[in-house]
Amino acid sequence: MEKTMFDMATQLFEGQDVRFGPIDHEKDPEIESKWTHDAEFMRLYDVAPARPMSAALLKKQYEKLEKQIEEEKNLYYFTIRAKADDRLIGKALIQWIEWTNGNAWIQLGIGSAEDRRKGYGSQALRMLIRFAFAELNLFRVSARVPEYNTAAIALFKKLGFVEEVRRRQALDRDGRRWDLIVFGLLNSDWQNQVRA
Amino acid sequence: MRNLFRGELVRLTAEEPGSRAKVEVHWQRDTEFHRLADSDPAGMESEKKLKEWFEKRNEEGFKPERYSFSVRTLDEDKLIGFFGLWLDLIHNEAWVGIGIGEREFWGKGYGTDMMKLCLQYAFTELNVYRVSLGLHAYNPRALRSYEKAGFRLEGCTRGDVAREGRRHDSLWMGILREEWIQMQNGDSK
Repeated sequence: MEKTMFDMATQLFEGQDVRFGPIDHEKDPEIESKWTHDAEFMRLYDVAPARPMSAALLKKQYEKLEKQIEEEKNLYYFTIRAKADDRLIGKALIQWIEWTNGNAWIQLGIGSAEDRRKGYGSQALRMLIRFAFAELNLFRVSARVPEYNTAAIALFKKLGFVEEVRRRQALDRDGRRWDLIVFGLLNSDWQNQVRA
Repeated sequence: MRNLFRGELVRLTAEEPGSRAKVEVHWQRDTEFHRLADSDPAGMESEKKLKEWFEKRNEEGFKPERYSFSVRTLDEDKLIGFFGLWLDLIHNEAWVGIGIGEREFWGKGYGTDMMKLCLQYAFTELNVYRVSLGLHAYNPRALRSYEKAGFRLEGCTRGDVAREGRRHDSLWMGILREEWIQMQNGDSK
């Protein structure tokens, strides 16, 4: 039997040091609120304007998010937790799923600086990809990354993503324009990778 | 000043829910048109529902991030198509969606004329920094028209659309403000 990712018994939501979990409406808002006060994180994570958010606002957003998941059925959202102490360290999502075409966009962030560069993001991304391909059976996933997010670019490349589109000067930040890169990974490429 | 709403073959008009819904019913019967223009499954909606949808869009009023037009021919005043611009106001970018539902007007320069008006509006009225669009790789007519309008190919997402049991690529294009201005200067020489 293959001992890699195609084993039915291999847990989808458990990594080596991290696991996926649902939202904790009581505890998570405080923690994510701290992340939103870190402008660097916000700008690495998203192209929307960075803005600090209160725990109360995030609480409402989580409720909205869960409602959207239930109604639109084109979004999966996981919180990333450190296995050692069950602490919330990030979030991972698959969104804008087009079921008839089998494509979707993924997004992932590790919230606080001290949790970065420890391989958590890489583990979580592998889990997210396996979920997209082995559970949702998507044909491909895409991710958009600003050209200044060199850590994300290196990570996506390491996991076999291909730079497919370079939207020239699509972003305006710090008084200059930056390219926005679209990375893509095909299910078939991923399967070859994990079987190798 | 330029006439923003008048090209060589077409003019831009407001979207009028009644007539727009009527032609939409007719256009929806043409699944080839749908598949060239969109990546979602072809569908059919009643004229009543479509009219309500366009009315709702009208009632919402003007939004700073959305601009949509109906396109009519100059010689017969026939409603043949539409285009819409969606703006990212933070990064000063516009996405364009454009279509000619009346297929006898394909391949005769109407689309190119529409795109000319569209870019003129985006760059001289909305003042965006760049305009973007996506298209199917199986739509080479659109690709040529967009290239003619000044768009540059910026990449290709592999196999992201499934039609007729096959996978098809999508192409992504963009034009920057400075590129468009340079083209205008070149044209006027």
